[in-house]
Amino acid sequence: MTTTTDTSAGVGAPEAPRSTALAKRPSVTASAANYIDERTSISGLVKELGRKIFPDHWSFMLGEVALYSFIVILLTGTFLTFFFQASQTPVVYDGTYLPLKGINMSAAMNSTLHISFDIRGGLLMRQVHHWAALLFVASIGLHMLRIFFTGAFRKPRELNWMIGFILFILAMAEGFTGYSLPDDLLSGNGLRIIDGLIKGLPIVGTWISYLLFGGEFPGTEIVGRLYTLHILLLPAILVAALGVHLVLLVINKHTQFAGPGKTNDNVVGVPIMPVFAAKAGGFFFIVFGVIMLMASLFTINPIWTYGPYDPSPISAGTQPDWYIGFADGALRLVPSDWGFMIGDYTFSLNIVAPVLVLGLFIVAVAAYPFIEGWITGDKREHHIADRPRNAPTRTAIGAAGVTFYAVLWAAASSDLIATHFLLSIEGVIRTLQITLILGPIVAYQITKRVCLALMKKDREIALHGFESGRIVRLPGGEYIEVHEQLSDYERWRLVSFQDYKPLMIRPNAQGRISTLERARGAMSSWFFEDRISPVTNTELEQAHGAGHGAVETGSADGHEIGTGH
Amino acid sequence: MAKSASQDPLTKGRVRKQGRRSPLASIALILIGLVATGGVYALFTTSANASTTAASSALTTEGSKLFQANCATCHGMNLEGTKVAPSLIGVGAASVDFQVSTGRMPAAASGPQEEQKPSQFTAQQTQALYTFVASKAPGPGIPSKEYLGGNDNAAQGALLFRTNCAMCHNVAGAGGALTEGKFAPALTGVKAKTIYEAMETGPQNMPVFNDKNLTPMQKADVITYLKYLDNNPSPGGLDLGNLGPVSEGLFLWIFGLGTIVGVTIWLTAKAN
Amino acid sequence: MAQHGDSNTASGTAVKVSRAPESPGTGVVQSDIPQNPGFPPHNPRMTDLDPNKEKRAERQVAILFFLSIIGSIFALAAYIAYPIIPGDFGSIRTNNLLLGLGITLGLLGIGLGAVHWAKQLMREDESVELRHGTRGTPETREKAVEVFELGNAESGFGRRTLIRNSMIGALVLTPVPAIALFRDLAPMADPVKLLQHTMWKKGTRLTHDPTGIPIKASDVTLGSAFHVIPEGLLQRTDMLEQKAKAAVLLMRLLPQDLHVTKGRETWNYNGIIAYSKICTHVGCPVALYEQDTHHLLCPCHQSQFDITHEAKVIFGPARRPLPQLPITVDSEGYLVAQSDFHEPVGPDFWERET
Repeated sequence: MTTTTDTSAGVGAPEAPRSTALAKRPSVTASAANYIDERTSISGLVKELGRKIFPDHWSFMLGEVALYSFIVILLTGTFLTFFFQASQTPVVYDGTYLPLKGINMSAAMNSTLHISFDIRGGLLMRQVHHWAALLFVASIGLHMLRIFFTGAFRKPRELNWMIGFILFILAMAEGFTGYSLPDDLLSGNGLRIIDGLIKGLPIVGTWISYLLFGGEFPGTEIVGRLYTLHILLLPAILVAALGVHLVLLVINKHTQFAGPGKTNDNVVGVPIMPVFAAKAGGFFFIVFGVIMLMASLFTINPIWTYGPYDPSPISAGTQPDWYIGFADGALRLVPSDWGFMIGDYTFSLNIVAPVLVLGLFIVAVAAYPFIEGWITGDKREHHIADRPRNAPTRTAIGAAGVTFYAVLWAAASSDLIATHFLLSIEGVIRTLQITLILGPIVAYQITKRVCLALMKKDREIALHGFESGRIVRLPGGEYIEVHEQLSDYERWRLVSFQDYKPLMIRPNAQGRISTLERARGAMSSWFFEDRISPVTNTELEQAHGAGHGAVETGSADGHEIGTGH
Repeated sequence: MAKSASQDPLTKGRVRKQGRRSPLASIALILIGLVATGGVYALFTTSANASTTAASSALTTEGSKLFQANCATCHGMNLEGTKVAPSLIGVGAASVDFQVSTGRMPAAASGPQEEQKPSQFTAQQTQALYTFVASKAPGPGIPSKEYLGGNDNAAQGALLFRTNCAMCHNVAGAGGALTEGKFAPALTGVKAKTIYEAMETGPQNMPVFNDKNLTPMQKADVITYLKYLDNNPSPGGLDLGNLGPVSEGLFLWIFGLGTIVGVTIWLTAKAN
Repeated sequence: MAQHGDSNTASGTAVKVSRAPESPGTGVVQSDIPQNPGFPPHNPRMTDLDPNKEKRAERQVAILFFLSIIGSIFALAAYIAYPIIPGDFGSIRTNNLLLGLGITLGLLGIGLGAVHWAKQLMREDESVELRHGTRGTPETREKAVEVFELGNAESGFGRRTLIRNSMIGALVLTPVPAIALFRDLAPMADPVKLLQHTMWKKGTRLTHDPTGIPIKASDVTLGSAFHVIPEGLLQRTDMLEQKAKAAVLLMRLLPQDLHVTKGRETWNYNGIIAYSKICTHVGCPVALYEQDTHHLLCPCHQSQFDITHEAKVIFGPARRPLPQLPITVDSEGYLVAQSDFHEPVGPDFWERET
């Protein structure tokens, strides 16, 4: 604690002596800082941001994982562009890898093999790039789940949720365009699926595919076009959106979990300079290190075994990278014979149905903050993150969504599930079809009940403490178990959460109830009908009688403890 | 799948095979022991008065006995087949050798398909069996050694493998799913002769690749490629079972993200 | 943000900031809430209490940074000492492994060191910063409105409706030429016509994929599956585009096993049948032929086709049977196509039946 004594005076005080000290003894750092400040007035920025407070919780680091893996992707991707040729010009492979010697392939595939086998560290960079890409999308997904389940998307952060959602879509697009660049058999068949998917779209499908591929599939244009998207257009939009995302994070400041001393009007945590900077900076190197470790030990995307793209061969177990899996799974789960004719035109419901379902799912995810905001009508700012149990309906919806996504995801590996668990493909697919419908419902119900039960337990503990396991015989001969009371600090975590009531629909000025208001009322009672209110002060005082001081020892009021409510 | 793929990708294949081993394996092993003793005895008695034709006819007799004892119930006394098993007339030595030496025949309990298990017969007995079957009607013979060396054109082999084999067996020979619980087995570590015989005879649901479809030289190229895969581990490191993006994705979520979440917990925990 | 405070834990709960009341909606505004107990007392760390522990932590951080230096040097050394030797495939693996592990150590050393430093030695008690409503203060908002009003007044944007509306019209129309420019992403030809035909025509020989050697009817024995391309494909400059439509799977069944519909009686040759290999779902090669069950399976989305019933769909998301290529033999005994497919191959598309 010796280090903290002189900093307690606030920002202004230590700033002044430091600057006079700098004036006295102009070191190299000081003169460099002076040089820059006189040209950029950066001191203002440092003053504003340098001591910003960042709350500490493990789940608050997930977005950073995404940011850091993106930096790793940029670094390694730049290296790869120096060697990669985004061209489908046919060449004959004449490199190190024996089983492809003399085989026709595109310049793209050839240069990827060159990077892998002839450039020292080239394979490493490729593997780092690919592992980091998988991690990038995965960490975004986990980050979104954290935001969702803690309600951190509520006002004023709805827009940042939207931007984050756009980043997620962009990350998947980046992933898919990158995956297709080497022009190998696996990614080529992936493109073929995309081509078939686009062609199946009503009215515009044929033409979109034709324009995208620059003629008939596969054509000679697609790799170059995807390359432009992959290294120019998509990253530019991604970086811009990322910038806005982070600026809004600074403006809104980070949410925090409820805790003693924490309120909706403060941020409690460590300052950026130096503790958070050291932790976050160190964390960048750790994330980079973990990716590097995976890349040095584990093969990813061995295009040399896949071989060059050719429309005739295919490999068993042809799957997209994990983040496209849910879309592939949706295609797999469609039953036979979905489709019909509209006059002379073919309407492929086996394509349109999964596209619509996925589209609705994605839109629902993007719009969720606005839907919940509309239902509650809550216009206040929320900076205290919910514990998931304290918003049972939202948590249950989240669990249903996760289940839905997980079933689609599992469906994308139905063949591998079949071979590895000795099942039949047909059985796996039929089971998943049923699970896709029933799974989310079951998950919703279970999660909601579990949340409510946990809230009840919290309430019980807040009021009466937890069971100590110590049995005491009262003078009257009655045996009771002594309940250990919580400390005020521990109790505060359990009792401070936001509570909502179902909406009472009232007629408007014209004495009518609009359909929209009716819908809102229905949604509201769905959300908040089952609710457990936070403990009030009066209840607390009743529970403890007058003896609020006996917090640590547990009260001896047998009848209170024994009967409860 | 997730666990085994991530924990130890190198031994995964082996674990799976063990998982598939029939509980009858130990009985089969005892049987093998007994039959092997008999086989050695038979070997001694036949080699006592040796001339090639005599040995051959002795082999046929031996094979006939083994056939009657182990195969005739299903395939018929004269190889004519029954309701439960196909006729073996004209299947040739290659087919018998493939089925018997990989333990697929005699069949175990009925499943979606006959699975590989330790062979019940010695090499000598297997030879006797296929000599006997081949003596009844001509069919594809045992492949010549010149095609099994594994030192032909790997690039040509890989090209043919991708077109003709990869859709079932996976580009890296890791195997794959077929309909109704059937599967195409992994080809890693399979003997060259077995691969050749499988191509030539098309066991179970595998199509036949006769010598006009894939010439013996082309079959040798395919074998060369598979042997290349066996002998050259992936330059990128451990291969996670060669199952493609699914095993990569699972590994990333479990190991990659798992490690990093662990780090975040350490990073934000209070020091004591 | 301008007036944020940085206070020690001892200063307790932050002061409430007065803020314009916003509607809580259906949220319950509780008046009877328990008291926020304020910050708990601070527990000092071992490194704060014991100078030896502090020294040890300092040493550990330094060791981690040194390990990082070693890692980076090791990576450099590995780069030089374990080059990729042409022809030696194992050298790539070694290079990848050692270079990667060196860099890993270099990165993890810094990362773990910095975090350990922050956790054990940097000031670790929590600080507090106040939040302020995200919306600007009334004065700021008023000023912003004023700026817009001034802009409107000085330009006459709201007043001069003719100018405004014509400008909006001009702006809306400017991107249109840009959209038109994208037409030439693809050639002029009509895609629908291209999709309706393949290379196959009367007399085209069926040849081996990938060698291009013609196939005789007698080569195709019972239980065989041949992967087939049309003769002359390998010489085409648009080889991949043609192959993506023309790839065919050739099989032989017992003629009595085939259920042939009217009009297709002559399309097979003694039980030899040819079907498009391109899945009618989204276009993967349907190449998994089970010679015993006569089922074809697509490895991408598990559609299954029954070859004995003219490749009708028996499972999975595909909607249409695989198109059949009518075949016969020529005078030399080679298999040839009787014509092109009688319908477009591959995935459904809107104008397919037109």
